[in-house]
Amino acid sequence: MTTTACFIIVSRNDIPIYEAEVGSSAKREDAAQLHQFVLHAALDVVQDLAWTTSVMFLKAIDRFNDLVVSVYVTAGHTRFMLLHDSRNDDGIKSFFQEVHELYIKILLNPLYLPGSRITSSHFDTKVRAIARKYL
Amino acid sequence: MIGVGKIKQYSNVLDKPLSKGKQEVSLSAFAFLFSELVQYNQTQVDNIAELERRLEDAGYAVGARVLELLCHRDKGNRRETRLLGILSFVHSTVWKVLFGKVADSLEKGTEHEDEYMISEKELLVNKFISIPKDMGTFNCGAFVAGIVRGVLDSAGFPAVVTAHFVPMEGQQRPRTTILIKFAEEVLQREARLG
Repeated sequence: MTTTACFIIVSRNDIPIYEAEVGSSAKREDAAQLHQFVLHAALDVVQDLAWTTSVMFLKAIDRFNDLVVSVYVTAGHTRFMLLHDSRNDDGIKSFFQEVHELYIKILLNPLYLPGSRITSSHFDTKVRAIARKYL
Repeated sequence: MIGVGKIKQYSNVLDKPLSKGKQEVSLSAFAFLFSELVQYNQTQVDNIAELERRLEDAGYAVGARVLELLCHRDKGNRRETRLLGILSFVHSTVWKVLFGKVADSLEKGTEHEDEYMISEKELLVNKFISIPKDMGTFNCGAFVAGIVRGVLDSAGFPAVVTAHFVPMEGQQRPRTTILIKFAEEVLQREARLG
């Protein structure tokens, strides 16, 4: 079963610091831009919702056609956003938690400026492996 | 061959698991490192305000990371959304992890609505430091003030944080107070959330 999924990490200052297409379907050029646009539009909803609850995993917060946006907000207000078409809530939650751990390890690097792009290829490989495992 | 044990060799830091945080660092090693940090910055600046700002910036980087790490490790992935929540998080959890004990007291300022104070009888970073008379009101606690500012800022509560000496009668060394003054938007949001 082919799934579309677009994963973006947005920093506290609303700057995307990492993006990846993690679905199993083939990547199409126009689809990628559309996904990013939808995720960007969902940022407003996240901002309001983040202050109403202390839980990190906010489930599906926005829809577009048949695609759903799920969001996970960390303590430092870094948002992990996933645009997907499946309904696998538990899998998505585990995916976010594992990526959160990876993100903390990147953040602990004293030479990493918080809010700057994550360029590590190892991080990219691991995120895709986690996506294949849970999504 | 001796030495080739069963310890897994991790090639990348991303593969290593996050530490549990039970590690301890020797106080003298930290005091030595901190004194070198202050001395290094002293050679780079020509006035006190700049020196305080540099120590604060160093602390800010620590604070941003400490917040994420502690929320993940000690608080089971729950964020703080209320003012009192984040203040008591700083006062107990952060202090306990950084200095081994909770802060001495957390008070609300009487003159202004947006001021809070965390007091400590003897701040760990100031323990082995004495300030010469000609440096006036300089306080190395600016490093800790920077840590607190880093935690608050990353959690979405922008504030101006400074460290002050408060002389106490009956004690030789003055008490250190970290003064936190929140930005206007924080109070507005608090009022809105009710």
